[in-house]
Amino acid sequence: MSATHILFWFLSALAVVSALMVLFSKNPVHSVLWLIAVFFAISGHYILMNAQFLAIVNIIVYAGAIMVLFLFVIMLMNLNKESEPRKNVWMKLAGAISAGSLLMILVSLVGQATEVSHKTLIMKDGNIGLIKSLGKILFTQYVVPFELTSILFLSAMVGAVVIGKKD
Amino acid sequence: MKTLLAIIVLLPFCGFLLNGLFRKHGTYKSVARLACTTILSSFIASAIVFGMLSQGTTAETVKYFDFINTDSIKIPFAFQIDHLSAMFLLIITGIGFLIHLYSSAYMKDEEPQHYARYFAYLNLFIFSMLLLVLGANYIIMFIGWEGVGLCSYLLIGFWFKNDNFNYAAKKAFIMNRIGDLGFLLAIFWLIARLGNANYADVFANVHNLSQTDITAITLLLFVGAMGKSAQIPLYTWLPDAMAGPTPVSALIHAATMVTAGIYMIARSNVLYSAAEFTQHIVAIVGLTTALFSATIAIKQNDIKKVLAYSTVSQLGYMFLGLGVGAYTGAVFHVMTHAFFKALLFLGAGSVIHAMHHEQDIRKMGGLKKYLPITHITFLLGCIAISGIPPFSGFFSKDEILAAAYEKNPVYWGLGVAGAAMTAFYMFRLYATTFLGKFRGTHDQEHHLHESPAAMTIPLIVLAVLSVIGGFVGVPEVLGGKHLLGEYLSTVIIPEPHHALAHNTEYMLMGISVAVATIAILFAVSHYSKKPQLEDATGLGKVLENKWYVDELYNTIIVNPLNALGGFFKNIVEKSGIDGFVNGIGRFVNYLSRQIRLVQSGQVGGYILMMVVSVVIILFIWIHDGEIYKFLVTKLF
Amino acid sequence: MPIQYYIILSMVIFCIGIAGVLTRRNTIIIFMCIELMLNAVNLLLVAFSKMHYAASLNAPNHATVGSEGQLFVFFIMVVAAAEVSVGLAIIVMMFRNTHSVDANFLNRLKN
Repeated sequence: MSATHILFWFLSALAVVSALMVLFSKNPVHSVLWLIAVFFAISGHYILMNAQFLAIVNIIVYAGAIMVLFLFVIMLMNLNKESEPRKNVWMKLAGAISAGSLLMILVSLVGQATEVSHKTLIMKDGNIGLIKSLGKILFTQYVVPFELTSILFLSAMVGAVVIGKKD
Repeated sequence: MKTLLAIIVLLPFCGFLLNGLFRKHGTYKSVARLACTTILSSFIASAIVFGMLSQGTTAETVKYFDFINTDSIKIPFAFQIDHLSAMFLLIITGIGFLIHLYSSAYMKDEEPQHYARYFAYLNLFIFSMLLLVLGANYIIMFIGWEGVGLCSYLLIGFWFKNDNFNYAAKKAFIMNRIGDLGFLLAIFWLIARLGNANYADVFANVHNLSQTDITAITLLLFVGAMGKSAQIPLYTWLPDAMAGPTPVSALIHAATMVTAGIYMIARSNVLYSAAEFTQHIVAIVGLTTALFSATIAIKQNDIKKVLAYSTVSQLGYMFLGLGVGAYTGAVFHVMTHAFFKALLFLGAGSVIHAMHHEQDIRKMGGLKKYLPITHITFLLGCIAISGIPPFSGFFSKDEILAAAYEKNPVYWGLGVAGAAMTAFYMFRLYATTFLGKFRGTHDQEHHLHESPAAMTIPLIVLAVLSVIGGFVGVPEVLGGKHLLGEYLSTVIIPEPHHALAHNTEYMLMGISVAVATIAILFAVSHYSKKPQLEDATGLGKVLENKWYVDELYNTIIVNPLNALGGFFKNIVEKSGIDGFVNGIGRFVNYLSRQIRLVQSGQVGGYILMMVVSVVIILFIWIHDGEIYKFLVTKLF
Repeated sequence: MPIQYYIILSMVIFCIGIAGVLTRRNTIIIFMCIELMLNAVNLLLVAFSKMHYAASLNAPNHATVGSEGQLFVFFIMVVAAAEVSVGLAIIVMMFRNTHSVDANFLNRLKN
């Protein structure tokens, strides 16, 4: 069992457990923190797959900016107490069962799918995930969508301001 | 010939269109003139056709266009003119014209627009009847057949404000429909077996049909004839049809339409001669009808009802003739019957006209001196129908009876009994109406008058025809020549030569004449002095109530049908169909009310449903084949 | 490393996200679960990109095969960032109006 394997299993376990903790935490602040843990685990997976650019962006954008925003909102609204009203237990059960059956179905699908059977992926090798190669493609082949994202951001910003404005 | 036939048929149709469409703009005079002229022209054209055929012009089929033209079936719209149809042409247009003339005076009491409507119907009837006899295949005949049925319905219910008349019209129509169904089935059968229904093809291919086919087809055709010609068990509409105006009764329900069945069977004589079983049935039904309705006629007190049952009875004789193979005799009787029965009806109409629509003979009597022309002509008609030589009825009836004797002496015996009854009830009618003392109100007596010339002329013409009409068919034994038989020999297979010895034939004639004479004398002596005025009792009551056949039909057919209808309406419709339909509605309502709860507005619920649906879709997708197999094997 | 491992991992995370959306009532938690699902998809995309890269190792000109997948992840992050900014703004406004972040209050779709 190589180091890569050990890392993979460790990161996977971390991601799943943290995700479950997001779900089960009573306090929203704890949820946010567990979510950040998930993001770190996923970033670890990215690094394992030699997708360095995405690993960095994931930490900066998600774990940094977005989760801070979440925390900020929670703090702002003073929601850091376990104030969530109890949801109908039958609804909870139904949600859990349907999510579980979806998982089962998906897993059995994967088991059947011939397209992915016996396929492996290279963990460390290949430099497609490096900033250099991704940047090259981004600014040549995908420059138009890249510029469009800036428009998306602009409109999102305007939208957020308009919505958040006190009227 | 083609044009001539088209003219014969289309003239009455034009009359119908003009009178029918412009009925609100015509005067009595214009309407009557138009109607009578078209029929008279038709008559003249028919006479020309008849003359041409007598001069040796061969029978021919003229085709106008394809009525139905499909891959497998071709029904041409064609007319067949031969000696049989030419003779019927003459009867229809000739008597039709006389009755038009008569009606022009008889119907004067109606408002102008109804007067025009009446003549429009009458013209339409003549048109349909001509179509019926001229058609060169069973389809065209059926068109005419339905046409005359429609006109009969319209004319019986002519005074549509009276509900009873409407019921009578409906009764006639429905009874006819039962027969029509048989006719229609026979046509289908013919087409299925032979591919078409042209007379020529059918008769040429009789030997290709199996015996069962022929028997079935002829029986079904006979069912059609039963309906149209009022034979047991479909005869009850005819007496009720007397609700219509009297000239209509004379034209449609005595002289022409009801003889359509006889025409049809005479036309199909090739088929019937090949179906012995059917012939027996026809003869028995005809004979039974003849006797049965004769007994009813004895006790009727309505002048038109007596004549109606008499018509049914005479039609029975014609079917007897057809059944024993005397097609010529039957057609002969159609002709003579058309003369004297039209005469009797018109005479009755004249009496009714004079009596201001009084039809009960118990309130008449002694009309001899008030209505001299009507009296004489009516008397001649009575003698003719009773079969006293040398009046026309004698020859035709004798021909049928002789043929019946040849076939089975029992037929003959019963036929003679019927003839005696005929003579009896006709003279009972005559004596009660015209002899003795007047029994109506003083007011009626004051207004009694002879009818106008337009009514008496047809009476006189018909009376003359009734007297001399028989001489076209004088039997060989009396030293005459059967002109009619010779004339029709091209259409109707000549009957096998009479096997009866001359002596036998003389004896038969003598017996029937003697019996009839005795019946007449008894009736006249009995009823002229003291007519039976009180209600009959015992058997007489049964006869007066027509053997309770209407009640019987009501009990065994109409009431159960009504009950069944009521059952379907109240039980099946209400709780079954309505319950089912409303149940579906309620179920959908209930279901939608329940499903509406799903649309709670809760986003979580929607997402849950989405996830469940995705799961289900994926499940189905994975187990595609297995689910299908499961459904096929387990559920179906 | 077989690709199935990554597929199943990301599916597990994805389904945990779905379960969160279905069971929780706090809008912010629901929102976070959506982020969780997005990340599961991102992870899978990266894994598939590496898989394609591995499959085409022997083909000529294989240097950039599979980089589209990673670019997609980048764009998804961009969209997620925009979405979060707008979504949080909505949540803030909702809190301002109802003083609650309970998703069950958001049943205006009913009418």
